[in-house]
Formats: sequence, structure tokens, C-alpha cells
Amino acid sequence: MDNKLEKITQVLQKDFGATLEEFRGEVHVFVKAEQVVDVLSLLRDKYEFELLSALTAVDYWPQMSPRFNVVYQLSSLAKNTTLQIRVPVNGDPPKVPTATRVYEVANWREREVADMFGIEFEGHPDPRRILMPVDWEGHPLRKDYPLGYEEPQFTFNFDEIDLRKPYAKE
Amino acid sequence: MAQLEEVNVDQFRHLVSERAISGETMLLNMGPQHPSTHGVLRLLLELDGETVINAIPDIGYLHTGIEKNMEAKTYIKAEVMTDRLDYMNTTGNNLAYCMAVEKLVDLDVPERAQAIRVILTELQRIASHLVWLGAFGLDLAAMSVFLYCFREREIILDILEMCSGQRMMTTFIRPGGIWRDVPVEFESAVRNFLKIFPKRVDEYEALLTKNPIFQDRLVGIGKLDAATALQHGVTGPSLRASGVNWDLRKARPYMGYEQYDFNVPTRTEGDTFARYIVHIDEFRESMKIIEQALNRLPMGPVHSENRKFVPPPRSEIGVSMESLIHHFKLWTEGFPAPKGSIYSAVESPRGELGIYLEGDGGPKPYRVHLRTPSFDNLSVINKITQGTLVADLVAILASIDIVLGDIDR
Repeated sequence: MDNKLEKITQVLQKDFGATLEEFRGEVHVFVKAEQVVDVLSLLRDKYEFELLSALTAVDYWPQMSPRFNVVYQLSSLAKNTTLQIRVPVNGDPPKVPTATRVYEVANWREREVADMFGIEFEGHPDPRRILMPVDWEGHPLRKDYPLGYEEPQFTFNFDEIDLRKPYAKE
Repeated sequence: MAQLEEVNVDQFRHLVSERAISGETMLLNMGPQHPSTHGVLRLLLELDGETVINAIPDIGYLHTGIEKNMEAKTYIKAEVMTDRLDYMNTTGNNLAYCMAVEKLVDLDVPERAQAIRVILTELQRIASHLVWLGAFGLDLAAMSVFLYCFREREIILDILEMCSGQRMMTTFIRPGGIWRDVPVEFESAVRNFLKIFPKRVDEYEALLTKNPIFQDRLVGIGKLDAATALQHGVTGPSLRASGVNWDLRKARPYMGYEQYDFNVPTRTEGDTFARYIVHIDEFRESMKIIEQALNRLPMGPVHSENRKFVPPPRSEIGVSMESLIHHFKLWTEGFPAPKGSIYSAVESPRGELGIYLEGDGGPKPYRVHLRTPSFDNLSVINKITQGTLVADLVAILASIDIVLGDIDR
């Protein structure tokens, strides 16, 4: 492990009971959902992780406990290093406190994760769908959501397919 | 399918000011079909006369489910989706994805392939900035710049076509190297471009940089300070125009960028004009990199010799049973990647293009997340346009360089 990260991960292990994983030189820190805002604030304020590069989630369905991992990819410009925070969650809907107050970029990224995975970010200032239409049912990036397709329409079957096509009419 | 609900102001109540609810200010849609939104972007504007009170972006019109589709394809086949992501920076997207796959399966890339990758992505960076400059000028009513920029972009697209057979959706960079070696005309074509392009950049500058109308429209407009930019995850030229010297090519060099001598253009003003200057300077820096890479272009193989990941050359298939088996296995089943997740990022023309890739031991990615720079860059638009005029909004939106394919994925 990078010795810049060693001290930080030790603090996270001691204060938050975090567990570590390493893969291809990257450090993944697992913390509990209720701790995530404190962990991110600490990393931003004390250890100069100024940039939340990415915020996403992974669905491990059919494994149910934990079903999801919420992933926070942090970058430090001053130290030129990266750290990944992972939050295992389950439940229906799974709930994670919002990180919007720590990093404002989390606003849109959390909306995207909520839209695609149905993970609820508690206290989010603007919990609307972001990519899918407002009236969409389901969360497309969940593993139990089938990959759909569009039927190609030709002259001979245009009306027939048009009738069962799911888009707004009138 | 649920009944489509009427969209009403209640959904936006928490986003607009009280005066919009009482009808004192006006809510107006800009887009999704509007020439100044650079694609299908809808901005919900709250206006007090000509002054913008709030600009709330509504995205998703171009959402095609690329992440979901990639999960259903093998590692090799999923690459074609990355071309369609940010259609101004196709080789750069290929590079980001291939680097992620190479990191996941631990695959080395030969030096010649690295140098060619650098040349192609830097050419593509110039092409992308040219489209940016052209559209930026167009939004400020400088029509001729657009035509000149597209004239030069065509030279680059011809070079890409010469290598891959495609002008835009090249898929030329592949996991483990590149598809095949570049043709013999490649070097002279790139050198020819390097010879004519510096003068053309000077010509654009002569048209724009000191033009008083241009300056009046840009200087001091849409100020973005470094702290706000980092809070909103803004990267790329927009961050560098705010005084933060952060370029992944310098900070975490990949593909041998550490061998090349180039500067990272930064400005401290953070306004629209600073973003313009940073883009112009990046033309010159990219040319420096291309020239150096071309001068030291080493000979040798252009893809990894590891047959478990890279298909064998056609000539071997007829004479070697193992090559035939490898070829068949790679194009039908694909190669397996270990269980684990990685995050790999490159500097695209718009900022940090990151790929989160997770393998589950099988031949298909378990999860791909594309951290696209335009998405985060756009999220700051409400902050920097508040209090400006509608005409300035157009200039600011053009200056942060968004590509809707990159935002909606």
C-alpha cells in the first residue's frame, strides 16, 4: 500500500472499524452506511481529498446481504492519491445518508444512483429522477431488471407495434 | 406503463424562488431542441426580464443505457459502446476503457502501441477542441470560425479513417494494444497536419482573441472559483481556467506521458475568457506531444503477445492449431477477468474520464460505470449563471464544453 494512505487507513480502521481490501494497488475501505458522512467529512477536511471523482453503486443480486455496494471514489489533488470508500447496504429501499453537504457533486451523482438502483439517499435536497423519465417504473441498472430492446418497425407491421409501444400518446 | 402525468410547477417548487410561484418571475424552457444547448439538453430558466435567476438543467434525453448494455457484452465487444459515449472524443474513450480492462486483467501494452495511442488521442483532443471552438464562436455569432475549425477537423478525421477505416467511431485502440499497425502514410499525414495547424491556430486567435466584441462578451462572465469547481467535481479545462493545475496526464502519467515535455495551461480568472484561452493553449501543447511521440515512435509489435487476451494475427491462424483455438475462443466466449474492481481514469478533452470496472471471474463485465466529465461539469451551471443575462448563459454553456452523449450515456 502507498505509504501516504497507510496512516489514513489506520485512522479509519481505529475510529470507524473500517475493513480494508486491496486489488491491483487500489485500496477499498468498507464502512457502514451511517458513518459515511463522517468518514467523507474527515477525509475532505483533514486529509485533503478535495474531489469526489465518482459515486456509483453495484448490485450483487441475487445475493441479498449486502445486496448493494455504494462506491465513493475520492481523489486528493494535494497528495496525488486516490481512495475508494465502499458502503454495503441492503433493505427495500436501501438507505444511505446523503453526502451532498460534504461534496456538492454528490447531488447529481446520488440522483443518478437513486434513479438507476433505487437506493434512497436520506436528506437529499432534490430527490427527482435524473436520467429516466419522471414516470418510469423500476430501476434499470439493478441486476433483476431485464435488458430490454425495441422492436424495429416496418411498413407492414408499423401500426401493430405502435399499439404496444410504451410511449406517450396524445 | 403508468399514465403520463402532467408536469406542473410543484415538482420544481424547491428549485425555483418564491417569486416564480407567485408569477412575478417567468419560467421558460430553453431546449430540448435549441441550437445553443449543444444537443438535447433542456434548461428550465427562471427569468426576471433578461436576468437569469435560476437555470435548472434537465438531462436524460439521450440516455441509451450504455452501462447496462456493456454488462451484457464480452470485454472486447463492449468497447464499441464507448465510442458512442462522448462522440467528440472516441479514441480517448477507447483508451480509457482499454486501460481499465488492461488494469483489471493485468495486461501489458508494447511501447509502439502506447506511442500510437498517444498520437491518436492527442489528435482527437485537437479535433474535439476544434468542434468546441467552432460551436463556441457560432454561439457568439462568429460564424466563420466554425467553418475554419471544421476544415481542420476534417484533416484529423481523414487520418483516423486512414488508420481504422472509420472517421469517428474508430474502435482502433483495443485491450492489449491497437487493432493493427498504422499505414505507412500515417507519419507523413500527421507531419503535414503539424506543419499547417500552428498557423491556423494563429488565424483563429487573430479572429477572436483580441476582438473587442468577443472580449466584451466573455471577460468577467461566468466566474467559477477553484473551491466551487472542486466541490462540483468540475475537471478539465474548466478547472484549469480556475487556477487549479490538475491534469491527469501530468499527475498520474499513463501511456508514457511522463516522457513527453509539455505544459499544463492554467489561468486564474475562472471566467469564460479564461476557459477560451486554456482551450487555445491546449492546441499548442497537444501538437508538442504529437511531434515528440512521432519523433520517437519505436518499432516493434503493436499489441500484446499474450494470446489469452489478444487475438492472433490472421497469418498464424492457417498454420497453428493453438492460434485457431485462441481466435475462436476470444471471439465467441471472450476472455475471463478476475473477481475484483478497479477505477482507472484518463484526461479527456473535457476532464477526468473514469471507468469503474468490476469483474466477476466471467467473460463479461459485472459492472461498468462511466464517470463522464461533462456530467459533473454541467452540474455547476446553475451556480455560475445566476444573475447573468440570457445571452451570457449561452456563452457560459458553450464555454464549459458539454457533450450530451457524454452526460446521458
